Amino acid sequence: MNPSDVREKIEHLISRGDASAASSLLGELWRSEPTASAASFVVQRFEKIRSHLNLVSYRLAILRSFTVEPVIPFLRAAGFLAGIDLQVQLSDFNAYVQEMVDPASRLYAFSPDAVILAVQTRDLDPALWCGSLPAEAEPAVVDRFIAPLRQWMQAVRRNTPAHLIVHNFEPPPFPGAGLLDAQTGAGQRAAILQINRELQALCLEQPNVYVLDYEALVSRHGYRSWHDERKWLTVRLPIAAPHLNDLAKEWLRFLHPLTGKVAKLLVVDLDNTLWKGIIGEDGLHGIRLGVEYPGAAFQELQRVLLDLHARGILLAICSKNNFDDAMEAIEKHPGMLLRAHHFAAMRINWRDKSQNLREIATELNLGTDAVAFLDDNPTERQQMRAELPEVMVLDLPNDPMEFARTLREYPAFERLSLSREDQERGTMYQAQRVRQALQNGTTSREEFFRSLEQEAEIAALSGATLPRIAQLINKTNQFNLTTRRYSEQQLLEMSRAPGWNCFSIAVRDRFGDNGLVGAAIAHFQQADHPICEIDTFLLSCRVIGRTVETAFLWFLADHARSRGARRLQGWFLPTKKNAPARDFYSSHGMTKASENGGASLWTLDLSASNLSCPDWIRLRVVPGDNL
Amino acid sequence: MNPSLFERLRRIAADVLEVTPGQITESVSSETMETWDSVHHLNLVLALEQEFHLQFEPEEIDDMTSIPSVLAVLDRKLQPPSR
Repeated sequence: MNPSDVREKIEHLISRGDASAASSLLGELWRSEPTASAASFVVQRFEKIRSHLNLVSYRLAILRSFTVEPVIPFLRAAGFLAGIDLQVQLSDFNAYVQEMVDPASRLYAFSPDAVILAVQTRDLDPALWCGSLPAEAEPAVVDRFIAPLRQWMQAVRRNTPAHLIVHNFEPPPFPGAGLLDAQTGAGQRAAILQINRELQALCLEQPNVYVLDYEALVSRHGYRSWHDERKWLTVRLPIAAPHLNDLAKEWLRFLHPLTGKVAKLLVVDLDNTLWKGIIGEDGLHGIRLGVEYPGAAFQELQRVLLDLHARGILLAICSKNNFDDAMEAIEKHPGMLLRAHHFAAMRINWRDKSQNLREIATELNLGTDAVAFLDDNPTERQQMRAELPEVMVLDLPNDPMEFARTLREYPAFERLSLSREDQERGTMYQAQRVRQALQNGTTSREEFFRSLEQEAEIAALSGATLPRIAQLINKTNQFNLTTRRYSEQQLLEMSRAPGWNCFSIAVRDRFGDNGLVGAAIAHFQQADHPICEIDTFLLSCRVIGRTVETAFLWFLADHARSRGARRLQGWFLPTKKNAPARDFYSSHGMTKASENGGASLWTLDLSASNLSCPDWIRLRVVPGDNL
Repeated sequence: MNPSLFERLRRIAADVLEVTPGQITESVSSETMETWDSVHHLNLVLALEQEFHLQFEPEEIDDMTSIPSVLAVLDRKLQPPSR
């Protein structure tokens, strides 16, 4: 429908008195067209029908040092659609101080439920914003900035029980001292970041006071894109037209938990939502999910779900599938970050999703208005909206790479505090991986290896790993001792043949999951001459040089020894590309037994070898699935 | 006058100035329309910038106080640059 037709249809529904149909069409309009003009239209129409809808009314006062008027229609439109009828009062221009300190001010007469203090660095302290500061002045500058803030916040706390949301402060895009600002440790940026740290402490001193991380908000969108210098200089509006809605959305992220419009349960679909593909058609080995494109987008979505889970939000599955197919993927697929124990309820069947969702809500003792619904299929979403309009249906974009961001931005998952219970639920799963930069202090190679916190998992060939192993075997050129290529079918047959073993290695470290990065094939020769030959040994370049190769070789030696072999041997077959693997055997104490052209055979006496697994790698060995 | 441009302006101006599209005619200006105050003027400018993906100069914003003048500015800005 074109924009004019939708508007006419909405007018028609309102004139007929059908408030709920008008409301849902207004939602459709807003989702397809979240613009300034649509915001204004949506607000005016909701004002006509609000008495017929079940909305929470909420009084919001905004104290500001800049023009925010054009943001208000965005805020109110999105508020109405979230079930919040916002009454907004703006402070007079730059009168925010008087309003806070004067008990008889308009602010307190309004009796707000929440107050936003939106003041810019450049308004509160123009000198700090504009100029370079002398290095010794930083503590004084910070005090000069923080002291009045503390007084104002105390005044607000004395005069109203309203929640108080305080914008923190952005540093200028170009410090006055240029590059020098970052060298001294006491420049403009450092001062403002210190101010933000102290503001955070200040907010913790009082109940119901929260920081809005304005600095992060601007950074997220990019300083240049966020700001409009002309509008600032002419009408005191610092924010460019395309970002007005982003400030409104940031405010709304606070209003959701403050008004109780939160999702306590997220019901998710499986196919093309948690993984790429259809489990019932593509099978366990056909669906895509892992650290590589395109499966990575889906793994990223699962990571967000783990974060929500850690925040105390329940997860449930609602999927049209055969139960056994779906459960096999959930429990066995190596790319799954979520497992069955993360889900509080499941409905994997061929019934109507709204009926399933209703059942799940009942089972978990929740109202359907506390449930959010995630499904890649627009038809299912539409049907859910029609059947259960109170359910929060997330609009997933078509591009799976955008799924994770969409979920992270969704305001109904926000919380302003976590109860002990939430936290306890959360600590069970370490959802967030530490991604800190390497400490500069690593002095030795060993220390470097330790700092990586590597974990390796070696597994016998399984159905889930077969495609990736075949892929590695057929494309790895550099760190590949023999460069023998095998198809999936050949690998399968080989792994079933007596005396042949095929292994894979997956590696993760403090920076993330590298996934399945290596493969080896061992072949036990004649039972009376127990020699174990390494038929294939290869690793992806991304993990070479971090001693994973040593761990893998040690594992093969240990495996051979435990099967009664006395000798481990392997060929190095040179190619144009595999020079990185040339010295691998000699550097691990193996001796050359014979040579044939450029090829060389290396051997290791297992009873005398002192080859060991580096103790900085945590090694886990898992059995395969007996293909 | 560019008719399709006028239709788009009509819808946006009606949304922002809180009237029906039918009320947006060539005789409308900030003088004649009660809702066209300074806040709504800024909202109209921002809505147009967003709709047409452009940015007005401060002088243009000052000029855009009637429907014909808004149309003239839009028409000029949307012309492909002459060679």
